Amino acid sequence: MSVVLEWWTVVAVVAGAFFFLAGTIGLLRFPDSFTRLHALTKADNLGLGLVVLGLLPLVDSVSAGLKLVCIWLLVLLSGATASQLIARTFRRDGSPS
Amino acid sequence: MTDVLNVLLAALILGLAVWTIVAREAYAAAIGFIAYGLLLTLVWVQLRGIDVALTEAAIGGGLTGALLIGAAARLRSTEAAARAERPGLATRWVAALASVAVTAALAICVLALPEPAPTLAPEVSANIDVTEVLNPITAVLLAFRAMDTLLEAIVLLFALIGVWSLAPDRAWGGRPGLLQQVDPNGMLAYVARVLPPIGIVAGAYIFWVGADNPGGKFQGATILAAMWLLVMMAGLADAPPIRRAWLRWLLVAGPLTFIGIGIVGAMSAGAFLAYPHGFAKPLILVIEFALMPTLTLILGLMLLGAPRRGEAS
Repeated sequence: MSVVLEWWTVVAVVAGAFFFLAGTIGLLRFPDSFTRLHALTKADNLGLGLVVLGLLPLVDSVSAGLKLVCIWLLVLLSGATASQLIARTFRRDGSPS
Repeated sequence: MTDVLNVLLAALILGLAVWTIVAREAYAAAIGFIAYGLLLTLVWVQLRGIDVALTEAAIGGGLTGALLIGAAARLRSTEAAARAERPGLATRWVAALASVAVTAALAICVLALPEPAPTLAPEVSANIDVTEVLNPITAVLLAFRAMDTLLEAIVLLFALIGVWSLAPDRAWGGRPGLLQQVDPNGMLAYVARVLPPIGIVAGAYIFWVGADNPGGKFQGATILAAMWLLVMMAGLADAPPIRRAWLRWLLVAGPLTFIGIGIVGAMSAGAFLAYPHGFAKPLILVIEFALMPTLTLILGLMLLGAPRRGEAS
């Protein structure tokens, strides 16, 4: 059982790191602000989510696990809000490419 | 493996520090400074200074970063003119030499420290039980070095008075910051309704666990101030006029309670800010509870800036 959980951690954290890498490449390579925001929020949502899911088997207590999940949910909320606000500013004032 | 990560982290921080100085735009430099503060938080975590890490994230990266972004936004209209006035070659050489001299003096001071460095840590850990506080940082800040914490709170109050003193005469006593015009059904208003309940619980939690675990009033107060600012930025509540008596009383309540307990200590325990035997923990709690609203208000009001709207507007 523990071997399965260890593999789960490795696979999920590596997948999370892949999304962060992809998000960073997207941020650097995409042509305009809207697509760059798209790349960035993917890294936050999926990358951090997979890292948190991967770390869950390693926590000592239920409350520590809940805190990890809460951190992910809060990052989801702040990422979604910030990208909406940034995108709206670009749409109103014109997007600096 | 951890060593490799630490070296990478240090290199990243140094690179970011250089970039923050070299960046031409004030706004970009402020963003770089925030990222620098967040990376520095990771360094403190690696050094097992969780309390310092929390403070760095909340105040160094978050609050100072927000202050700098506000300053950069205000300077934006004059920035191009300021950049056009390029100082002469002689001025730049003098500035460079002065910077190098300061850096060299600091480096010599650090390298000349006696080895091992003089420390009071063994004495602190031998006497920490007297305070009944389990978090050594809190014990040092509120028992052994309470004077520093008191002065820190008073300095913050003075800083706020300094910010307020920039108000134009007609706005004196009025509301700080600009009137926010935000879509009441928009994204910001939605978050300002959803996030504060979570943030208030998190801030109170970090404040409360500060006695026995990493955390404390400064970090908790920063989170509460952030929630307050969010509600005001979303236009759901307006900033209070600074002439309000309740506001001014709350602003001085923390330091006054602290000084009062200090005077009681001078009379009953023989020294200013000494706690009578057996009363250390309850008195520390009273000070923390009194400082919490004061710090929340000071940090929030400092970000709002000087009063800009009189009673009429």
